[in-house]
Amino acid sequence: MTDPAAAVEPGVDVHEHAGVGDPNAHHHSPEQIRKEMRVYLTVFIGLAILTAVTVGACYGLKLPVHTAILVALIIASIKGFLVAGFFMHLLSEKKVIYGVLILTVIFFIFLMLLPISHHANPFGS
Amino acid sequence: MDAHASVGHAELEIPYNVHPRPDTGVYNGKLGVWLFLASEVMLFGALFSSLILLRTGADSWPRGYEMLNVPLATFNTFILILSSVTVVMAWSHLRLGNLKLGRIYISVTILCALVFLVNKGFEYAHEFREGRFPKTNNFLGIYFTMTGLHGLHILGGVIVFLYFLGPGAKMWAKEPERYTNRIEIVGLYWHFVDLVWIFLFPILYLM
Amino acid sequence: MALRRQIRVGSQWMYADEAHKALREALRVMKDEEHGEHGGHHQPWIRRYVFSTDHKWIGIQYGFTALLFLLLGFCLMILMRLQLGWPGQAFNIMKVLGESRAPGGVLLPEAYNQLGAMHGTIMIFLGIVPLAVGAFGNYLVPLQIGAPDMAFPKLNMASYWCYLPGGLIMLASFFAPGGTAQSGWTSYPPLSVIATQGQTWWLIGMVFLITSSLLGSVNFIVTIIQLRAKGLSYMRFPFFVHAQFVTSFLLLLAFPPLEAAAVLQLMDRVAGTSFFLPSGLVVSGQALTNAGGGNPLLWQHLFWFLAHPEVYVLILPAMGIVAEIIANNTRKPLWGYKSMVFATVFLGFMSFVVWAHHMFLTGMGTTISAFFQTTTMIISIPSVIILSSLFISLWGGAIRFTTPMLFALAFLPMFGIGGLTGLPLGLAAADIHLHDTYYVIGHFHYVVAPGTIFAMFAGIYYWFPKATGRKLNDFWGRVHFWVSFVCINGIFFPMFAQGLAGVSRRLYDGGMQYAHAKQIASQTNPFMSICAVGLLVAQVPFIFNFFYNAIAAALGHRDEGLGSNPWEATTLEWAATTSPPLAHGNFEVLPVVYRGPYEYSVPGETVEFIPQHLPPSEPAPRGGVLLPATAVAMREN
Repeated sequence: MTDPAAAVEPGVDVHEHAGVGDPNAHHHSPEQIRKEMRVYLTVFIGLAILTAVTVGACYGLKLPVHTAILVALIIASIKGFLVAGFFMHLLSEKKVIYGVLILTVIFFIFLMLLPISHHANPFGS
Repeated sequence: MDAHASVGHAELEIPYNVHPRPDTGVYNGKLGVWLFLASEVMLFGALFSSLILLRTGADSWPRGYEMLNVPLATFNTFILILSSVTVVMAWSHLRLGNLKLGRIYISVTILCALVFLVNKGFEYAHEFREGRFPKTNNFLGIYFTMTGLHGLHILGGVIVFLYFLGPGAKMWAKEPERYTNRIEIVGLYWHFVDLVWIFLFPILYLM
Repeated sequence: MALRRQIRVGSQWMYADEAHKALREALRVMKDEEHGEHGGHHQPWIRRYVFSTDHKWIGIQYGFTALLFLLLGFCLMILMRLQLGWPGQAFNIMKVLGESRAPGGVLLPEAYNQLGAMHGTIMIFLGIVPLAVGAFGNYLVPLQIGAPDMAFPKLNMASYWCYLPGGLIMLASFFAPGGTAQSGWTSYPPLSVIATQGQTWWLIGMVFLITSSLLGSVNFIVTIIQLRAKGLSYMRFPFFVHAQFVTSFLLLLAFPPLEAAAVLQLMDRVAGTSFFLPSGLVVSGQALTNAGGGNPLLWQHLFWFLAHPEVYVLILPAMGIVAEIIANNTRKPLWGYKSMVFATVFLGFMSFVVWAHHMFLTGMGTTISAFFQTTTMIISIPSVIILSSLFISLWGGAIRFTTPMLFALAFLPMFGIGGLTGLPLGLAAADIHLHDTYYVIGHFHYVVAPGTIFAMFAGIYYWFPKATGRKLNDFWGRVHFWVSFVCINGIFFPMFAQGLAGVSRRLYDGGMQYAHAKQIASQTNPFMSICAVGLLVAQVPFIFNFFYNAIAAALGHRDEGLGSNPWEATTLEWAATTSPPLAHGNFEVLPVVYRGPYEYSVPGETVEFIPQHLPPSEPAPRGGVLLPATAVAMREN
């Protein structure tokens, strides 16, 4: 029996982003699911390659510290984006989830400013 | 999904446990796990922040590969990423209605996780043999603390996966969609644990 | 000639008293039927009352536990105030702390520090947050949004069962060798790192408590977003729900950094790391053997990153309670409801960027200090908006001075004093003089003690009939209020004078050892301590009142004439039956919401108040004065 509250705002969004369908819609065609599985495998290969690149660059090539930090963080961010976007299907999630995460990102940035607020501008400067 | 409270039933029916609420588009567990992950972002974020503060304030700070086993950790990174793929495959097969393949993929995930932990055990044992303990210096202190906390999170995930492989799988017979949702939720947690390692590995080992 | 009240039952108009009698009979019959039907369904006692998953019972568990902890924290404070009022004097009651802490009944300075650290910890983490969020939040939020329970009932149970062990671990720390934590509730390193074993127990207890808060906050947020009734849009929430919603986000996102910090401090204490220990530390003439290179300020940053949002966790539910009671007892909607809601959200957000105003004296540069000073000044704005709206809500109201209303009214000026005295503390220049003095203690106690705790009392007197079917005794409630109000001001107001004169906090003799502080300390401390004892005495009638009526209710002695909506309120919790049954959901039929939360004295309507869930009414019979009986109306739907 459908919930009368459904009448408030009918319909569930089914939007497809980059081949990964809305994870919350509960009627998926097997085709769509198999398509998603192919995407997951592609992403896996991408992640493996990026890992090899990071290690090769920072450890194999022994890059200087500041370069290593930059390269490693950039590649890690790309990998993170892939995991979050595809494996966690964030690219096709709902606004309420995005809202929670945007709030978290903002406070995370505040948290990262903590060491900066400590080291920058010590007393007497 | 019946939204009426069931008076007279032993188990209370909570609306939107399995099917999404129309105006938000998510079911309860999905929102719940993302909120939990948000708090985990702040937890690990605080540790990353501490690492940065300690490192930038230190007179000297070793490069990761001077003290740590990079090849082993690289292998571990591949293993963990693999386990992320297997769990999302498990969820996909469950959505296709295939419990057997789903359980196989969950088993592989657990296996990968255990390999990761065993490797970590080897790493720690080697450090201790070389006289490198958390108290030796702050680099090692933060290394052991962060990988230790991460390892505890992996262990927690393993326990939950084992539950869903074993006694929890009974849910499939009566409520397959609810079971699939549960795997999706644990999967999201698992991907987050992988995500933390994706940043932790280069920051500790490669910088 | 008095009009005999009429109400609508089904399609008929009946006289209210006759209708109520018929209804009570019907309910009694139904209850018997249910019990017969549920003979086999009855949960075992341990599942129903110990490991309950019903939010109402969990709320009551939290409430009882938290009130006991509040009493304990209060008793610790009494011991402290005895020492402060008459430093070095022997008291028989001190002997309860044992010979090692109070030889011959004279409190040792180390023991004073233990009392201080644990008084703060217990009051905040074991008392107020569990009461405000765990008890009131858990009990009321699902009812006020028309939900059958929380979104995750088992998680709710888990969060109580993380809180209780955490609290017991904190209590156990008193018996650790060397005593309990004694480095302040703020546990600053290096002192806390080199402290005795009790500090480790404190840290472990904190991990349990933080986990409990975390699980609870996830539950609250999902419940509020996902389980609100049909027609209950966000701007139709009772203000209490908005307050709990924002509070939950603060708990969710601000606590984890403290958990991280607690882990780091545990590592420092147990594994010998030096996250917070600088190089070259010398303790009692001996250099420490640790590696060093750590930073004590790292702890302060991480601690205050949580602890500032934490103070808004302490005040927001209280504001929520006061708002509900004021709307109900002025018989008119809250003034500026929309502004209050936006102010609350803005307050929650800003609370994350003000933390370093607790660290003005740690050697931060002027730019950073100016940044935090600015954000701190900005954050006072939403507080002012909320408080002003509550004050203005009184204007033109038909004020009923019920016992809950007395406490709610007192909250307003008390929180005002607390808030205003925060301003000089937030200004970096003034804070140089006031930091770590009794001015700070006066400031935060005003917001929390005559502020939040009075709001908690207000809530207990207000919602007790909903939970139990009995009202607390009104006369003793008023005695409780007036004596508490006078004594509490007597304790905390002189602290501002003390602080301005330079009396530092955390001094075991209250300032007597310093020439500049001696005079004011000796003039004010004994008086304040007498007021503290008076405050303790004032709680006795409350304790009796509460337990007498709670036990009577548990034994089944309901106040039959009370009805399910004795305060004639509009919000959804009053649409549920009195003392809603456990494990059976809250409403027979989940309510549908048609209107805002405070439809009192609506112009043009013939009724005095309209509950949220009543559909737009049909015309009344001529000559009748209508008072919708909500229990009856619920039957209709």
